Amino acid sequence: MKTIFILAWRNIWRNKRRTIITLSSIFFAVLLALFMRSMQLGSYGNMIKNSVESYSGYIQIHELGYWENKSINKLLEHSQSIQDSIENLPSVNYVIPRLETFALAATETLSKGVAVIGTDPEREDHMTKLSEKLVAGEFFEADKEGILISEGLGNYLRLGVNDTLILLGQGYHGTNAVGKYPIAGIIKLVNPQMNNNTVYMPLKTCQYYNGSPNKLTSMALVLDSYDAVKKTTARLKEDFGERYEIMDWEELQPELVQLIQSDNAGGVIMLGILYMVIAFGIFGTIMMMTMERLREFGVLISIGMQKLRLAGLVFIETLLIGILGLLVSFMAGVPLLLYMYEHPIPLTGSAAKGIEEMGFEPIIPFSLDISIFYTQGLAILVIVMLCLTYPYLRLWWLKPVESKK
Amino acid sequence: MSIIQIKGLHKIYNPKKVPVHALNGIDLEITEGEFTAIVGPSGSGKSTLLNMIGGLDSPTEGTVIINGVDVSTLSPKKLIDFRLKNIGFVFQDYSLLPVLTARENVEFIMQLQGRKKEEFKKRAEELLREVGLGDRMDNRPSNLSGGQQQRVAVARALASKPKFILADEPTANLDSVSTSDLLEMMQVLNKEENMTFIFSTHDQRVIDKARRVVSIVDGKVAEDIQVEQEMAQ
Repeated sequence: MKTIFILAWRNIWRNKRRTIITLSSIFFAVLLALFMRSMQLGSYGNMIKNSVESYSGYIQIHELGYWENKSINKLLEHSQSIQDSIENLPSVNYVIPRLETFALAATETLSKGVAVIGTDPEREDHMTKLSEKLVAGEFFEADKEGILISEGLGNYLRLGVNDTLILLGQGYHGTNAVGKYPIAGIIKLVNPQMNNNTVYMPLKTCQYYNGSPNKLTSMALVLDSYDAVKKTTARLKEDFGERYEIMDWEELQPELVQLIQSDNAGGVIMLGILYMVIAFGIFGTIMMMTMERLREFGVLISIGMQKLRLAGLVFIETLLIGILGLLVSFMAGVPLLLYMYEHPIPLTGSAAKGIEEMGFEPIIPFSLDISIFYTQGLAILVIVMLCLTYPYLRLWWLKPVESKK
Repeated sequence: MSIIQIKGLHKIYNPKKVPVHALNGIDLEITEGEFTAIVGPSGSGKSTLLNMIGGLDSPTEGTVIINGVDVSTLSPKKLIDFRLKNIGFVFQDYSLLPVLTARENVEFIMQLQGRKKEEFKKRAEELLREVGLGDRMDNRPSNLSGGQQQRVAVARALASKPKFILADEPTANLDSVSTSDLLEMMQVLNKEENMTFIFSTHDQRVIDKARRVVSIVDGKVAEDIQVEQEMAQ
C-alpha cells in the first residue's frame, strides 16, 4: 500500500506544470467559493440577527391561536413560575414579556395609528439595545408611566420629551382603552416603518391601559445562539406545546426566510457554475493523464497488476490532487475569512441607505460557519469522484494487447 | 520438459468485417531452458503469436497450454494472476515505471505478488547485481541508458520467478554494444538458471545467438531450426 501511495504521489508530479495548473484552478475556485459563501451566510446571519434581535426574538410563546388573528382577546397569563422554568432551560438567556396592541395616538390637532408595545424596559434593552437608540430624553422605567415614542412618530405629531401623548383603542374583551402618557424619551429605530409608528410603554402601564392586568400577548425568548433555536423550540413544544403556541423566528418571519431562500438559490446557482468550470478543469487533467498512460496501464496489466489495484492507484492520484487543492485553498481561505469576519466590509452611500431602510446594519459581514468549509471540500471530492468515471471506464475496457499498439 | 504447447492456433482479426488472418494454424512446443527466437517479416504474425503465448490476447481457434493450463479458459482476473506468477515480460521500449528507481521497479512486481519486504528487497538487489547494475540501483530510468533500462526490465521479468520470459524485440532500440551485453547476460541466465527465453526479433545478432529459430511466414511456422549449441555460442 505504501508503494502505491509513493507511486501515486510521484505520478501526480510527473507533469508538474499540469498538476500546478489543476491545483491553481481548484485553489482559485475554492477560495472564491469560500469567500462568496462566507459573505452570503454572514449576510444571512446578520439579517436574522438584526431582524430577530431588533424585535421578534428567536422564539415566541403565545396563547394558543393568537398568531393567526393577533387578537387582543387571546392573551396568556404572565406566570412568573413558567417564565422562570423557561429561563432555566439550557441556551435560553432570558424571556421578554410583552403586551402588544394597536391604538390611535393623538394630540390636540393630529392623530396616527401606532403599535403599542408594553414590555419590561430592562429585559427589552438587553435584546434590542433600545437605550442606544435614544435620541432625546430618558429611557423608560418599569415602575413609571413615562413612555418612549419613535422619532418619526414624534415628528409627525410634533411631540417632544415631557409632552403628553393620548392613546385611544380597543382593550381586552371590548373595553375602551384610553390613557394619556408623558413622553420620557424619543428613540430612533432602524426600520423606517417602525420608526414612524411605535410606542414603547412599561409592561404594567400597558396592561392597565389595555384592561388586562397580568396578561401578555407574547413572551419573546433570547437564546445564546442561533444554533440553539431548533433544539430549544422542540424542547418548549414538548413541555408547553399543549398549552401555548410556540413559534421560532422562521415561523414568525416567513418573509425573511423567503428572502434568504431566494437569495441563497442564486448563490447556489453561481457556485454550481463555478464548480462546473472546475469540474471541466479536473476532468481535462484526468483525461490527459489517462490518455498519456494507457500504454503504461497496459504494461502494468500485462506484467500482472490487477485492474482493481490499478483503479486504486488512479483513485489515490486523483484524490491527492483534490486534497492538495483543498489544503492550499483552506490555508489561504481560513486566514482570509478570519480577517473578514473581524473586519466586515462597511457599506456607504445609497447602498448603505437602502440596507438601513430594510432595517439591517449597513455592513457586509462574513461567516465562519464550519459548513462553508466542508461543503466546498465535499463538492471538490464529489467532482473528483465523478471525473474518475473516465479512467475507470478506460481501464475496464482496456486490453493490454491493444495498449501496446 | 515441455512448458508451452500450442495446438492449431488461429487468430482472425475483424472476423465479421474484413477478416485478417494473423495466425493460420500454428503448432509449437517449447521446452524448459530453451533460448528461442521467433522471426519473420513484419505482419507475419510473430507478435500475435507472442501475445497468445503471453496470454495477452485470446485465440480465435486452438489452444495455448502453459505449464498444463489452457490460458484461454481463464477469466480475465485469473489470467492477470497467471501472468504474474508464470510469465516474465521484456518489452521493446523497456516499459519501466518512470517515477520508480531501478530497484523499486524490480521490487514492484514482487510486491504485486505479495512477497515479504525483506525477501523482495534482497532479491531486487541480487537481480540488479546479476544484470550488472549494482551501482545504478537507485537511479530512475531517465538516468539510465537504453541498454541499462533493458537490463532493469530483464531483472524485473526475472523477479517474479517466472516459468519463462517473453521478450518482444528486446534489442530493437539498443546499440550494438548494449545488444551484445544484453544477449550475453540473457545467455548466462539461460545457462546458469535454466531460464527459458522466447524472443520475437528482426535482429540478426539475436537470431545468431538463439539455439532455436522459429520462422513465421503468413501466420504459419515456415521453419523451425534447432541450432547447434556450439554454433549459437
